[in-house]
Amino acid sequence: MSESQGFMRSLKCRECGRDYPLGATHVCEFDFGPLEVAYDYDRIRKVLTRDAIQARPRSMWRYRELLPVAGEPTVGRQVGYTPLVKADRLARRLGIRELWIKNDAVNYPTLSFKDRVVSVALSRSVELGFKTVACASTGNLANSVAANAAAAGLDAYVFIPHDLEQGKVVNSLVYGAKVVGIRGHYDEVNRLCAEIAGKYPWAFVNVNMRPYYAEGSKSMGFEIQEQLGWRIPRHTVVCMASGSLLTKIHKSYQEFSKLGIVDATPWIIHGAQATGCNPITQAQKAGLDFFKPQKPNTIAKSLAIGTPADGFYALKVMKETGGHGEDVTDDEIREGIRLLAECEGIFAETAGGVTVGVAKKLVAQGKIPADESAVLCITGNGLKTLDAVVGHVGETREIRPSLREFEGLLASMQGAMATA
Amino acid sequence: MSVLVDVPPSLRRLCGGEVELRASPGSVADIVGELSRRFHGLGDRLCERDGNLRRSVLVLVNDEDIRFLASHGTSVRAGDKLSFVPAFAGG
Repeated sequence: MSESQGFMRSLKCRECGRDYPLGATHVCEFDFGPLEVAYDYDRIRKVLTRDAIQARPRSMWRYRELLPVAGEPTVGRQVGYTPLVKADRLARRLGIRELWIKNDAVNYPTLSFKDRVVSVALSRSVELGFKTVACASTGNLANSVAANAAAAGLDAYVFIPHDLEQGKVVNSLVYGAKVVGIRGHYDEVNRLCAEIAGKYPWAFVNVNMRPYYAEGSKSMGFEIQEQLGWRIPRHTVVCMASGSLLTKIHKSYQEFSKLGIVDATPWIIHGAQATGCNPITQAQKAGLDFFKPQKPNTIAKSLAIGTPADGFYALKVMKETGGHGEDVTDDEIREGIRLLAECEGIFAETAGGVTVGVAKKLVAQGKIPADESAVLCITGNGLKTLDAVVGHVGETREIRPSLREFEGLLASMQGAMATA
Repeated sequence: MSVLVDVPPSLRRLCGGEVELRASPGSVADIVGELSRRFHGLGDRLCERDGNLRRSVLVLVNDEDIRFLASHGTSVRAGDKLSFVPAFAGG
């Protein structure tokens, strides 16, 4: 790879197509359009093959030519290559022929897909000479920035809404990051961070490093294709906060098919949101290509972005691929969490409950035909959002240490099961 | 008394390096029009060719997104703060 820019060509405005140097910048000076990394696909085609990929360690970096770093990654080299689980029991419950779970609830090191985007953003930040990194976060990103920065010896500042789940707060503090709780919702945290990023020379992973950061999400899609036996899934269901992950999964399918790594079979991408914060799915269902911002009110706090920056692009992907947007209530989210846990032994956070709940609805509505195959993207671990399910998943049965008491309890439990 | 306008870093070069500007009270559209006349090139950055604000720019009045208010018709009074923020995301 070239030392200066690897396989990257430039940063390119998604609105007007203007090119920018590969620095720490994220919006076009001319129209405020978001910048995206452009690659030299002709060079990549010559080196990135199935054989080359399979010969590399099992991490997201086995696709490194399609990730925006100039040299070898320096942060998060073990991230990714999470399990793709064939979910037969859940498939039967949902009424679909074939179902797969892409399980980023066990991503390394902080149990969410955010480790993918952060390892890219911090590796690139180191290349660009930054010593301090930062982020605006609904929790998972904060955890990942804090952990990966600690491992890389970088200073970290994370900005979060003050009312986040306790698990997510502790999971940032423990790594020594400076955690700042903002008395406002995520969109207000975001706005403050835009101001701070303009004033301090820090690498804000989702502000000035956003073009690099966002590309890390593609690795989830690359892995899905490889783990399915080098093919693109017919249906993919992706939860949406900003909408970025959905667009990058789509881009991963486009890139692998364009490079000839997989056959370009048609694919459909569906977007999932919580009803308490559904600007994108509401617009999709109304047939609009723009959304109305919302003030979030949902237990799915990791998806609680009322002004989703990639909402427009997520709507475009759903429209182009024939996908649908759907949303689920807080009770349906909890039911989705339980379904996944009871059928597959996977404990997802609230966002995972959204994805499962929406998939269930889409199958029931016939929008995902029962005789087809789907992949559900699970993005975070349930241990981080215990608050959302405590009191909704049953209770411990307490007895004294006596066999007689146990047998009495067993009889009552079996009786309850028999009458259920 | 004027409206205070926060200038984001990406627009400061066009606005003579100013971090904050003053403008006359009126609707958001009026103020964008006034600033566009005062600072060459600013209008192209904020508005599409048809004059509508670009979807990639968040416009806030006293930290409230104008899409929750009356969009570009939102009234901005003396002493109010008007901010332009490039849209971005995270999670």
